[in-house]
Amino acid sequence: MLDYGSGNLRSAERALRRVGAEVTVTADAGAALAADGLVVPGVGAFAACMAGLAGVDGPRIIERRLAGGRPVLGICVGMQVLFDHGVEWGEHTDGCGQWPGTVERIKAGVLPHMGWNTVRAPSGSVLFSGLDADTRFYFVHSFGVRRWEPAASSVLRPPLVAWAHHGEDFVAAVENGALAATQFHPEKSGDAGATVLRNWLRDVVG
Amino acid sequence: MGVAVRVIPCLDVDAGRVVKGVNFRELRDAGDPVEMAAVYDAEGADELTFLDVTASSGERETMYDVVRRTAEQVFIPLTVGGGVRSCDDVDTLLRSGADKVSINTAAIARPELLGEAARRFGSQCIVLSVDARRVTGGAPTPSGFEVTTHGGRRGTGIDAIEWAARGQELGVGEILLNSMDADGTRAGFDLEMIERVRTVVDVPVIASGGAGKVEDFVPAVRAGADAVLAASVFHFGVLRIGEVKDALRAGGVEVR
Repeated sequence: MLDYGSGNLRSAERALRRVGAEVTVTADAGAALAADGLVVPGVGAFAACMAGLAGVDGPRIIERRLAGGRPVLGICVGMQVLFDHGVEWGEHTDGCGQWPGTVERIKAGVLPHMGWNTVRAPSGSVLFSGLDADTRFYFVHSFGVRRWEPAASSVLRPPLVAWAHHGEDFVAAVENGALAATQFHPEKSGDAGATVLRNWLRDVVG
Repeated sequence: MGVAVRVIPCLDVDAGRVVKGVNFRELRDAGDPVEMAAVYDAEGADELTFLDVTASSGERETMYDVVRRTAEQVFIPLTVGGGVRSCDDVDTLLRSGADKVSINTAAIARPELLGEAARRFGSQCIVLSVDARRVTGGAPTPSGFEVTTHGGRRGTGIDAIEWAARGQELGVGEILLNSMDADGTRAGFDLEMIERVRTVVDVPVIASGGAGKVEDFVPAVRAGADAVLAASVFHFGVLRIGEVKDALRAGGVEVR
C-alpha cells in the first residue's frame, strides 16, 4: 500500500489483511514496484493527493508497474488521480493520465455523496463477481468522473466501467487489465467490500 | 435507486466503557464499546458513532485505544466525537482509525477550527455536531432555535439554523443535529428543526434526539434527514437496527 501522506491507510490495510493479504505500507519505490499488487488509497482534495503522490514518485511507480502488467488498485481519490485531470473549486490539476476524463464536482442536491449506494457493474466484471446487483458500497466524495465513453478499438480490450447514481451518473469502478479502481471505499463497505478486495486479490493479483 | 438512508447507533463512552446499555443475549460484556460496535455492525448498522463523554482529559488515551481496537474489527465507517478541541485531536483520532470526527463545543468558541480541520483533513471527515433547542424565555434567536452547551443546559444565544449554515460555509462535510428538547424523551424527532436545517445546508444532515419507536424514523427522513442516529433505544434494546430499517423500507425509504 502506497503511503504518500493521504489519510487513513489503516482501514484499507486491515481490510486487505482480513481477506488474506500480506500488507506493507510503504513510500519506498523499490518495495512498491516489487509487490504483487499495489494499492493507491486517497482521501481529501485531488490536488493535495496528486502533490503527495508526486512526492513519492507515485505516477512513475504506477506507470512502471503497468508497463510490466503488475496490478494496481486505486481507491476513492486514489481512483480519481488515475484520470487525465481534476477540477476542484476552479483549480485544474493534472492527474496520472492513465484514463481519459476529468474529475469534477457531481451535480446533486446533497453533497458529499455520503453513504451506501448501489453500482451498475458491467458484464464480465471480476471485481463485482459473486455480488448481487442490489449490493451497496460505502461512498464519500463530492467529485467524480461524470462522462466516459471508452474508445472502441480493434486491438485493445476496452475498460469495464461500473456506474453509480447520486443526482447523476458517475464512475463507480474501472477494471482495465492490471489497472483497477473504485470510487467507493471497499475497506469500509463491510462484507461486500471484502468480496471486492478478495476478488481483486484472487483474480487480478493472482 | 440512490444512496440509502443511514441508520447510526451512537455509543456514549466514558473512560473506555459504554455508558448505560443492557446485556443483549449475544453480548458477554455490554460495557465494552468494541464488542457493542461489532454487534451493531452484525445487525446492519450503516455507520457507528462514539461519543466520548469522559470528563477528565487524562483519559483521552483510553478513547484512542477503543477507537484503534474497534477499527481493527469493524469494517463500516466510524465517527468519533466528544472533547475534540484542536486539529491535533482530529489527527490523533483519524490516525487511530476514525473515519470522521465530530466537533461541537470547541467550534462554538473558535469557529475557524472547522475550516482549519476541513482544509487539513478534507471536508468528508469533519462533522459539525450541533446541540440545539427551542428558545423558551430569554432573548430569542431569529429562527427560535439556539445552540446549547453542557448537554443542553446552557444556551449560547447563537441561532442554531444559522450555525449549521456557517458550518457548511467553513467546510464541514456533514451536520449532526441533536435536538436537546427531544433527547431522551422518546417522543420523536424535532421535525421542524430538521426541516429548517435542511433548507439552509446541502451537506448531509444526521437527525438525532427523540427516537422512541420505529414509526419515528420515516418522518425524520421526510423532513430532510439523510441519516438517523439514536443511542438509548438501541442500548436498551427497545429497538433493533433491523426493525428500524424494516420500518423505513415500508415507508418507501431506501435502506441498505
